[in-house]
Amino acid sequence: MTTWFNQEWPWYVAGPLIGLFVPALLIVGNRVFGISGSLSHLCAAIAPGKIPYFRYDWRRAGLWNLVFVAGVFLGGFLASHLGGPQNVSISAATRETLSRWGIHDFSGVAPRELFTWHALLTLRGFVSVVVGGFLVGFGTAYAAGCTSGHAISGLANLQLPSLVAVIGFFAGGLAATYFILPYLIGGL
Amino acid sequence: MTRTLQQFHGCGAEAEADSPHRPALLPVYLALGILFGTVLTRSEVLSWFRIQEMFHFQSFRMYGIIGSAVVTAALSLALLKGLRVSSVSGESISVPPKRLGRGIRYAVGGTIFGLGWALTGACPGPLVALIGNGVTVMTVALLSALVGAWVYGWMSPKLPQ
Repeated sequence: MTTWFNQEWPWYVAGPLIGLFVPALLIVGNRVFGISGSLSHLCAAIAPGKIPYFRYDWRRAGLWNLVFVAGVFLGGFLASHLGGPQNVSISAATRETLSRWGIHDFSGVAPRELFTWHALLTLRGFVSVVVGGFLVGFGTAYAAGCTSGHAISGLANLQLPSLVAVIGFFAGGLAATYFILPYLIGGL
Repeated sequence: MTRTLQQFHGCGAEAEADSPHRPALLPVYLALGILFGTVLTRSEVLSWFRIQEMFHFQSFRMYGIIGSAVVTAALSLALLKGLRVSSVSGESISVPPKRLGRGIRYAVGGTIFGLGWALTGACPGPLVALIGNGVTVMTVALLSALVGAWVYGWMSPKLPQ
């Protein structure tokens, strides 16, 4: 692999590349870029029960999205295996903050102290993975979109509902960062 | 099909134009997904460390990425609308607007997602890409997210919108 692929991509390369998925999906099939809808489509496909919310034609509405998300998984696999190992070079200030929380392994894309099968049996691992995952699924379904659907597609379309949602994303994120994580991970 | 998508007020699906399902385009969506997973990985957007750095305001990087993504998307969207471009599938390109209503679902739902975003260090796209990256325990987070979406669907008639 060429060196540019393995080097840290500057923000002004990564950002516009992500933004281009909006016109690409519209040009291909008039589809709105978003990821979280796939969770509801999968629910509708495998366990709709008698819930009216899930009684719709998921193939027509969301098969494209499920295939796109399958691609995201494959892309993650290929990019991490074809490229060199990634060590995320976060700022010194963040290292210091995380060190105070007891995070000392900065290799890879997520800390081993929290995101291994073994850590799942600890309170901080369980909350990070299981509780966090649940809130991601519940919250994006309630808000009808996630970072891609609201923060990128929605804001690009100048939609007020998306701005409200994005303010919520950061309000929730900051609350967890300052009021939950220091106690959960750091035990401060 | 028991109801049309216009009647359906669901997660991502309500944002969908009622475009017909075209199986021939599926390989294109798969290819675009692979590209997106690659970008999420190599740009480190999927990293828990980057998300912590962002929420601590200790680097401009994530804000630069999200900001320039929005600007790029907005400019290309305006261009597509202005030129009245049709999609390859033959439809006129449009992004169906979301209705604000009282806005409760966006404010409350958004905040709940935000909590989960900081706890897992991942939004839905990165969650899937992380599994591909070998952080296999994220399959549990993904299953949990699926349960979360299901519980929302079950509770939705009783939740303020």
